[in-house]
Amino acid sequence: MSLPDPTETFRQEARELLEQLEAGLLDLERHPSNTDLINSTFRALHTIKGSGAMFGFTDVASFVHEFETAFDRVRKGLSPATPDLIAIALDAKDHVHTLIETPQSAGAEGEAILQRLRALVSGAAVPAATPATAAGPAVASVAVPAPGKRWRLRFTLPKDALLYGTNPLLLLEEIRAIGPCEIKALTDKVPALGDLDPEATYLGWQVDLTADDPAAAIDDVFLFLRDGMDLSLVPLTDEAPAAPAPAATAPLAEAPAAPVKKRAAKAEAQQPAAAAEKSASSSLRVPAERLDELMDRVGELVIAQARLTQIAAQSSDGNLKTIAEELERLSSGLRDTTMGIRMVPIGTLFSRFRRLVHDLSRDLDKEIEFVTTGEETELDKTMIEKLADPLVHLIRNSVDHGLEPAAARVAAGKAPKGTVRLSAVYAGAEVAISVTDDGAGLNAARIRAKAEENGIIAHEAKLTDQELYQLIFAPGFSTAKEITALSGRGVGMDVVKRTIDGLRGTIDLRTRPGEGTTLTLRLPLTLAIIDGMLVRVGNGRYTIPLAAVEECVELPAEAISASRGRNFLDIRGSLVPFVRMRDIFNTAGEPDRYQKVVIVSSGEGRVGLVVDQIIGNYQTVIKQLSKLHAGLKAFSGATILGDGTVALILDTVHLVGMGQAYEDKFKAETTGRAA
Amino acid sequence: MSKTILTIDDSASVRQMIVLTLSGAGHTVIEAGNGADGYSKAVAQPVDAILTDLNMPVMNGIEFIKKYRQHPASKGVPIIFLTTESDDALKAEAKAAGATGWIVKPFKQDQLVSVIKKVTGA
Repeated sequence: MSLPDPTETFRQEARELLEQLEAGLLDLERHPSNTDLINSTFRALHTIKGSGAMFGFTDVASFVHEFETAFDRVRKGLSPATPDLIAIALDAKDHVHTLIETPQSAGAEGEAILQRLRALVSGAAVPAATPATAAGPAVASVAVPAPGKRWRLRFTLPKDALLYGTNPLLLLEEIRAIGPCEIKALTDKVPALGDLDPEATYLGWQVDLTADDPAAAIDDVFLFLRDGMDLSLVPLTDEAPAAPAPAATAPLAEAPAAPVKKRAAKAEAQQPAAAAEKSASSSLRVPAERLDELMDRVGELVIAQARLTQIAAQSSDGNLKTIAEELERLSSGLRDTTMGIRMVPIGTLFSRFRRLVHDLSRDLDKEIEFVTTGEETELDKTMIEKLADPLVHLIRNSVDHGLEPAAARVAAGKAPKGTVRLSAVYAGAEVAISVTDDGAGLNAARIRAKAEENGIIAHEAKLTDQELYQLIFAPGFSTAKEITALSGRGVGMDVVKRTIDGLRGTIDLRTRPGEGTTLTLRLPLTLAIIDGMLVRVGNGRYTIPLAAVEECVELPAEAISASRGRNFLDIRGSLVPFVRMRDIFNTAGEPDRYQKVVIVSSGEGRVGLVVDQIIGNYQTVIKQLSKLHAGLKAFSGATILGDGTVALILDTVHLVGMGQAYEDKFKAETTGRAA
Repeated sequence: MSKTILTIDDSASVRQMIVLTLSGAGHTVIEAGNGADGYSKAVAQPVDAILTDLNMPVMNGIEFIKKYRQHPASKGVPIIFLTTESDDALKAEAKAAGATGWIVKPFKQDQLVSVIKKVTGA
């Protein structure tokens, strides 16, 4: 290293400091009350102590520390700088010099000097703790937890933390290094924008941490902050927790534990002590019919409430209006609760497939990674039960036909282990459930050959690849060259499609040769009561499921007069096809002057519905259409309005499909013209 | 990631030890001999962290921290002060002035590196 040895630098520095000290002491003899002199003398001692300890001169450090402690009384004016004191101080200085220059020759005189010094400065100088025993109050060790316990840490930083150079991100990184954790920001202290000081720190954090005994480690993380902050650390337990040991350093320690205690107390109040532990997951079995009955009643209530609202709207009676609003709020809450009872997370279904994939993997000798996401997505219980068989079939297909054997995968440059993903996600008014594999993808040629063989299509039929893929849903189609033990047990894709159609859902298929196949089932989220947007077309009123509505815009003047076939709107740069509901329903009479467009979406498609008037949002009780009307594609049901009249509910999936067809046709025409 | 660190200490040996340690860890170190010198260096160029002694001639560490925190360039810059004993009153005073953290002298080289990592992330 090009720099000189720091130890040598220290010696040299110490020599200078000792000279400075000596001169200071001699001056002090003459001007015993000069505080500047006292301070500079004190500083010299301090520096020698600090540096000495750092460069391994521990004897120097501890001696000087004692020296300094005694001298501190002089600095504080508790002892006068008498000539006797100066004399001993000079002896002490000489001793330090020896300790630094020739430590081996230093004897025990140090202790004698210190004793004389202490005696002189009133003897009371309490031997202070050695400088090395640093560190503030340690985190009190917490109720002994079992290994790998979960802990909940909550903290808020001092308001000036960010400004004063504390980066919360780094603190969180340090906590993450302690063990696996879930971090949540606590935003309750963030004030309204007007009151917000952009340089202040308002956020707090809650960290659920898995670690054996993180108290000491956490104490280290907050080493610089713990005096000015709120921090608590309590063990997390699954059972009703015994009074959590208030841990930690800060005043807030017990506060977050309080709600936990309260919950535990409540549980005990409700149940005998023995059952208290299970109170959190207590459930009640109720026959499904009773729930259906409840749902019906709620539906009737919602309709009655709609009538009341309508009457109240026309009345000038303030009391009536108030009670109508109150009832509206209550019935919508009751509706959500009732429907919530029927909803179960789809994860219960997903977990069944784990075993299926495991068995398939062994039977077919294919290594498979099965990944599921969106288990928390909730669907109506009856729907989930009906989905079980179709999903079993789709997963079997993916594993059996989709994924190639390991050898073929390696040859194609893929990992030998195939992946099948099962995911569920909310998409507007629908839930999309996808089964994805990273296998070979559908083989259009083979599908065609099979379809011709089975007489589904004629030899000369011209079909695009997309159209060929759709053939797998045709009745009587089976693609596997030989029907394996697993697939093709009579349940074909046609059955899957029928089941999904029965649930008012759709199936979407995407495949890329060599990369895999995704089948997406889209299912309507709700069955009985929905929030609907009521619109008027001519004299008829129709309801659009509100969850499918993206936005409402006015139909631009140029679009009104534009020729047919150019039905597109520019919505912030993207083209959205629109359909005139008046045309679809053959509505008589003049359209309103200002037509409105309701943009609805389904899956990835969007379509604008041109209506005469948007009336408003209403709770809509869905009544099924009779069999007589089953052929009407544009409607998914009907509802009774507040005034007793019937409004038809528009089937957004079908209408979006119409828009899509428009778009495809338009694209085909324009490309045809270009070519 | 290399950081620029200003060390303010009246002891050349301590500064030298800090320079050796931190440049060994890949950082750039600027030196200043007292608070006033440190202040002019701290506002003349952007720094990622400051290590300052408290007990210094001309302008001591507390005064330096107070003065520097008045300057807009100080926003979010961590200041670590060096202190010989764990004197809680002194710590509180330095923290109130705007210090971020501290190191108790004597410290080992790796302690210094880890404190810098703690406050700068590097």
